[in-house]
Amino acid sequence: MLGKLSLDAIPHDPIVIATLIVVAIGGLALAVALTKYQKWMYLWKEWITSVDHKRLGVMYIILALIMMMRGFADAIMMRTQLAAATNGAAGYLPPEHYDQIFTAHGVIMIIFMAMPFMIGLMNIVLPLQIGARDVAFPFLNNLSFWLAASGAILMNVSLGLGEFAKTGWVAYPPLSGLQYSPGVGVDYYIWALQISGIGTTLTGVNFLATVIKMRAPGMSLWDMPIFTWTCTWANVLIVASFPILTAALGLLTLDRYADFHFFTNDLGGNSMMYINLFWAWGHPEVYILVLPAFGIFSEIISTFSRKPLFGHKSMIVASGAISILGFIVWLHHFFTMGSSANVNAFFGVMTMIIAVPTGVKLFNWLFTMYRGRVEFSVPVMWTLGFMVTFSIGGMTGVLLAIPGADYILHNSLFLIAHFHNTIIGGAVFGYLAGFSFWFPKAMGFKLDVKWGKRAFWGWQIGFFFAFMPLYVLGFLGMTRRLNHTDNPDWNIWLYIAAFGAFIIAFGILSQLIQLFVSFKNREQLKDTTGDPWGGRTLEWSTMSPPQFYNFAVEPDGKGVDCFHAAKQNGTAYQRPEKYAPIHMPKNTPDGFLIGMLLTACGFGLIWHIWWLVIVTFIATIAVGIKRCYDNDVDYYVQPEEIEKIEGEHHAALQKQAEMRA
Amino acid sequence: MSNHHDHHEEGHGSYSDYVIGFVLSVILTVIPFGLVMTGALEKSTTLITVVVFAIVQIAVHLKYFLHLSFKTEEGAINLMTFLFSALIIVLVVGLSIWIIYASNYMMMM
Repeated sequence: MLGKLSLDAIPHDPIVIATLIVVAIGGLALAVALTKYQKWMYLWKEWITSVDHKRLGVMYIILALIMMMRGFADAIMMRTQLAAATNGAAGYLPPEHYDQIFTAHGVIMIIFMAMPFMIGLMNIVLPLQIGARDVAFPFLNNLSFWLAASGAILMNVSLGLGEFAKTGWVAYPPLSGLQYSPGVGVDYYIWALQISGIGTTLTGVNFLATVIKMRAPGMSLWDMPIFTWTCTWANVLIVASFPILTAALGLLTLDRYADFHFFTNDLGGNSMMYINLFWAWGHPEVYILVLPAFGIFSEIISTFSRKPLFGHKSMIVASGAISILGFIVWLHHFFTMGSSANVNAFFGVMTMIIAVPTGVKLFNWLFTMYRGRVEFSVPVMWTLGFMVTFSIGGMTGVLLAIPGADYILHNSLFLIAHFHNTIIGGAVFGYLAGFSFWFPKAMGFKLDVKWGKRAFWGWQIGFFFAFMPLYVLGFLGMTRRLNHTDNPDWNIWLYIAAFGAFIIAFGILSQLIQLFVSFKNREQLKDTTGDPWGGRTLEWSTMSPPQFYNFAVEPDGKGVDCFHAAKQNGTAYQRPEKYAPIHMPKNTPDGFLIGMLLTACGFGLIWHIWWLVIVTFIATIAVGIKRCYDNDVDYYVQPEEIEKIEGEHHAALQKQAEMRA
Repeated sequence: MSNHHDHHEEGHGSYSDYVIGFVLSVILTVIPFGLVMTGALEKSTTLITVVVFAIVQIAVHLKYFLHLSFKTEEGAINLMTFLFSALIIVLVVGLSIWIIYASNYMMMM
């Protein structure tokens, strides 16, 4: 009846039990609060069933922030364990728990923190930047979100029921095969990634269709803002690479569930093929994460330097070059697998070439700032911090691209330092910059500056304390994924790294305080005009938060920085004589239903509860078919309502103009 | 949402397009088929000829049956998408074969 599930599945580890109790109390408190303030219906009608891209974007970012807390808790546990477990001491995390922690940390930070954060920002900003009223397929967008949330739920269930994979986030066979990982950990990994991965693929399709079909009149592809462009390249990469992951995990599933032998040594399987497929997805994936971040920096540096971006076109081309080159470098993740010297040489050279378009971008940002009036706001600080930090990461990347050097540095902490250097210094700093840049647009009030700067310095200083020692440790010969050490030379560096993790913790705490303080002072920080920074692109022409239909009249999208141009020649904020009805999509619970059904289906698959799998799978198909025959999916916003909302916006703008005068 | 209702049917090709495509396809199939059946050429030459004809045939199908062209914006996007996908598939599959073949060779498999 319950498959492999029994009471033994609940972990006995005191750390896990304490975590579960805290989560249970938090969940209960939230449920009580929702009931007390009667917010359940509001939550259901306005958020859970919403197909509005801005609402979905906010939910993606909330998901990302929650998962960042969990991923960071894993990180600080690893650092404190390694600082405690020196000179042969055992520390406080036994190996089987520690192995789950580093696996969960990697999976969470890549798949459930960085991806939702990136997709969340893209959801909020991209349709506004191209002057569209929503994405091409609003229901699909809602479904994508609930598939991502479904994966995240499975990921978190693994904490309280059973175990998570102990294989590292890459889950290489044969270790991830049934023989060496008989538990449910790898199954949690497979289904969490599989379900959320389908959501990501659908997002890629959806946003590609959006930029191709729904741009404002007059906006050519070359006119699209740079953030939209970098997201578009990321979506191209999603559509081209995520199916590879789906297939690789599918084959691993067959190995584990149906006694296939794709990746085992017996019966002619080859585990190298998994490693190959995994990174054929995995390498484009890191560009999926970092390209939109590059776009965010470009928007910020141009806005706050009060200048158009230097080399708009070269930025687009450089992103495209990175996207294509990103598909022919993946072997550098396994130089040591032992393919031929020619193979290693080819991939090594390709990897070094990728530094060229990235360098082009850095110079573009520097030239944008050159002779600009750079305003040192919080988003600019993140951008400058990124430029310094990411350059270091890029240089160590070029070092690792030399196959000979890689044979020494592979699997060492040097590698760990390198990829955190690029992912934190590149992607995460980018998302946090974008978070403070577009927060007023999404929520209607600016973020507190003082706590924003503290958060930045916490992350920036903490990053260097936490990761520079890892470069040293790599040179001293410390390999990754060690549970405890017995080499006195390493101790001091491990202590410094743990200290750095606590400084980052201060940065994260500052961000939470920043949210709290800003919410408290939301009246003083209110953004009445919708254009708090003197923005250059169309998203700043809307209210903050934007009208639910985004644009009352389709804006003129001609030229780069079209909103800036419109403000210059006085054509911005023009009111038409009369408004036409606007065609909008209706909210629907179907995406949420499918997401939850697939969560249950995944749970059944993990624990071999076959009746649950069959029932939920059929129900999923049924909801899908029901949705296909649903004709009541749209409505028209009437001119009177538009008139009222737009009136408020224009009154606020007028007031602001009078105050300036 | 849907801003652009002016959706017009385009590029479904004319009757003559299909006829030209069909005739070309038949010719491009009959010749390699004949070469294999009669064994008129050497084996290696036959193989190369078959592959060349197959590639030309793909182009014919794309032009006359799938209507890929650079003439309209929509067609250009379709063609770019197709070429990009083809490039990525060739790269990923080709390089994967090279990687695994080379590593098998190193292990004397």
